[in-house]
Amino acid sequence: MEVLLEAVYEWFRWLNQETGINLTIVHDSYDRGRMIKGFINTIWLSVICLFFSVIIGIVGAWLQRSPLKWTRRIVQGYIQLFRNTPPLVQMYFFFFALGSMMPRFENEWGIMEPMLTNWHWAIISLSFFAGAFNVEIFRSGLEAVPKSTVEAAESLGLNRLQIYLFVTLPLAFRICLPALNNNLVNLVKTTTLAYAIAVPEMLYAANQIWSDSFNVPEMMTFLLLAYVGLVGMLVWVMNRWERAMRLPGFGT
Amino acid sequence: MRTGDRLRGNTDLPVLLPAAEQLRANAARERSIGAPILRLRAWHGLLILAIILLWSGVVLAQDITVERESVLDALLRWSPVLLTGFAFNILISFFAMGLGTVTGTILGIMQVSLLPPIRGTSWFITQFFRNAPWLVLLFYVMFLMPFEFEVFGVIIPFPDWIKGVIGLALPVMANISEIVRGAILSIPTGQWEAARSLAFSRRQILAQIILPQCIKRMLPSWMNLYAILTMATVLTSVVGVAEVMTLTQRALSAENRPEFLVPFYGSVMLLFFIYCYPIARFTQKLELRYAVKD
Amino acid sequence: MQSRTETAPWAPDKPIVVVDDVHKSFGHTPVLAGVSFNVMKGDVVCIIGASGSGKSTLLRCINGLIPINSGSIRVAGQEVNDPKLDILALRKRVGMVFQQYNLFPHKTALQNIMMAPVRVLKENREEVRERAQRLLKKVRLEEKADAYPGELSGGQQQRVAIARSLAMNPEVMLFDEVTAALDPETVHEVLITIRELAEEGMTCMLVTHEMGFAREIADHMYFTDLGVIVEDGPPSEFFSNPRDPRTQKFLGQIL
Repeated sequence: MEVLLEAVYEWFRWLNQETGINLTIVHDSYDRGRMIKGFINTIWLSVICLFFSVIIGIVGAWLQRSPLKWTRRIVQGYIQLFRNTPPLVQMYFFFFALGSMMPRFENEWGIMEPMLTNWHWAIISLSFFAGAFNVEIFRSGLEAVPKSTVEAAESLGLNRLQIYLFVTLPLAFRICLPALNNNLVNLVKTTTLAYAIAVPEMLYAANQIWSDSFNVPEMMTFLLLAYVGLVGMLVWVMNRWERAMRLPGFGT
Repeated sequence: MRTGDRLRGNTDLPVLLPAAEQLRANAARERSIGAPILRLRAWHGLLILAIILLWSGVVLAQDITVERESVLDALLRWSPVLLTGFAFNILISFFAMGLGTVTGTILGIMQVSLLPPIRGTSWFITQFFRNAPWLVLLFYVMFLMPFEFEVFGVIIPFPDWIKGVIGLALPVMANISEIVRGAILSIPTGQWEAARSLAFSRRQILAQIILPQCIKRMLPSWMNLYAILTMATVLTSVVGVAEVMTLTQRALSAENRPEFLVPFYGSVMLLFFIYCYPIARFTQKLELRYAVKD
Repeated sequence: MQSRTETAPWAPDKPIVVVDDVHKSFGHTPVLAGVSFNVMKGDVVCIIGASGSGKSTLLRCINGLIPINSGSIRVAGQEVNDPKLDILALRKRVGMVFQQYNLFPHKTALQNIMMAPVRVLKENREEVRERAQRLLKKVRLEEKADAYPGELSGGQQQRVAIARSLAMNPEVMLFDEVTAALDPETVHEVLITIRELAEEGMTCMLVTHEMGFAREIADHMYFTDLGVIVEDGPPSEFFSNPRDPRTQKFLGQIL
């Protein structure tokens, strides 16, 4: 296996010498490491933000049903604010504006460091951004499950928790799925904004590499193909999943 | 939005169908637009304004012991710069939307072509530019296009913001292509049948009969996409175009006062809101008008 | 006008529409399983049958909207199935009116009628406008010339649709259940228009459920079932003495 990889690296070095196409991310171990790290960071960022945004969505959808008027209004305000302003500005706002107000403390080298790093702020910002959409999605999904179905379940003797787990949630989930998938795909594309606050995701890693190795065209092309490939694959998997979850007579 | 009151077809879940289908239709529309649907209310703008004013008030109260310029005065002083920057954003959005609409319409028409190679190529291009993150496309165009052209011995500079326009026009083109394709496919087949019976050629059918009907259908999605694009013009600040975000950041670093951060960023958000809100309202009106005609 | 794709010259003593052993399947589902008949110029022909018996498909095959799998259809000597056929030339001789009217909603009634002659036949706009107004008068809608389809009733839209097809000066008119989507009151006005056309000598092929009307104007009746013509005959015999039990059953249910 090692021999095969070495052969591949050798071919790319030859490619560099012959044609000038310099894909250091393949044949140079340092750059390769950086790019792989960037790729993993992008995926990591997407997964974490997906997780938190789903939680925010569930909590928000639940809070929206609250009998208290002000709770509902605050949630509604949060949703509208985050849906209708540019996510980049949101990220700057979180990192620069709110970040500057965070207390600072000394780290182990005696340097004053803010409490939340840029990673944290990126996750917070993206999670709240995606979460705002999720609240709407979950709410519509739950509302779309008709009362009569729930009543039928009640009359069969299921208790409230059982109804929620076995009747409401599965149906609501299927209803939400297309919108949730859209949101996930958008989230993966939006992780590139974390570049602006120096989070080492794939775009940032590529930027560093091409600054060092002066191979901008190759890196940019690779980056474009990598993202399109990643998102494309995600879209394909989502479509398959949606189709598998589809119930006959249920929309289409 | 009201869930549909029409039952469609034979189904054993008639009660479930309208709401679920409405949601699915919304999701499909968002997927075709490539961006979520904006729903702005007037009170959002007031909310942002209130935050700015409250914040400035708090800061002013804290500052009362020190002889320094108040936040609102600083904002006022910087406002010409910020407004010019914002106007630049709007200019970029006009050009990008125009370019994207023209190319996207052509691409969308190609997607319904009868010739498989044209259909396949245009589908691939559409999917490619829909799946790419907007920022990456901007980088691509910014870095890989030359910064000047030589035409017949004359050197024409290729400024940053035009590259930004092209970079933003690419995803717009892909999303418009999807919108156009969806609109064409939504015209009832009866129209095609009647036109073909009258001996119209395919090109005539598309140009005279199908596309004019599509325009009304596409308008709400088009306007929504425009609002999204306007907000996306902020991305050009990351690649160095001197628009409102970069200018705000320069102003903030010049002033070097941390309490200005929230009001200044808030003002940028307020500017975008003031511009996007009428568009969103107009879009909602158009949606209602179109739905009634159907 | 003799076009160079006509393979056999047509004379008035020959049938204007010849359908010969036509088969058509959608996927594995057979819709037309060997249909044959002739229509003479000036005839009015009515096709009746249950839903799914292939009537609408047959009409669409005659003007080339749906290609056939085997057999042959000749309209005025032109073979519809011929790959070298100028399909647009065929469609200029055959007009079709649909159940759903299919008027172009973004054009007024007059513009709907004018569009095809101006754009397809490249005729002079002013001449076409006069002809269109005459046609509107003929279907008794001259005051609705500038109305949009959305402002017209179903019956009015259907009459405009008839006028639109007539504007191309066809030799054969196909009517596909044109009154099925209309209120009973408006059905009458459309039927009057069709009867006037028939009396003027237009060759008409109607797929219809209006038995009384069919009995009145048809020169020949056809009953289809499961993709074949089960029985045919002049209305006098067809309605009073149906020979085939399927025809008897169908007529028993309808009448």
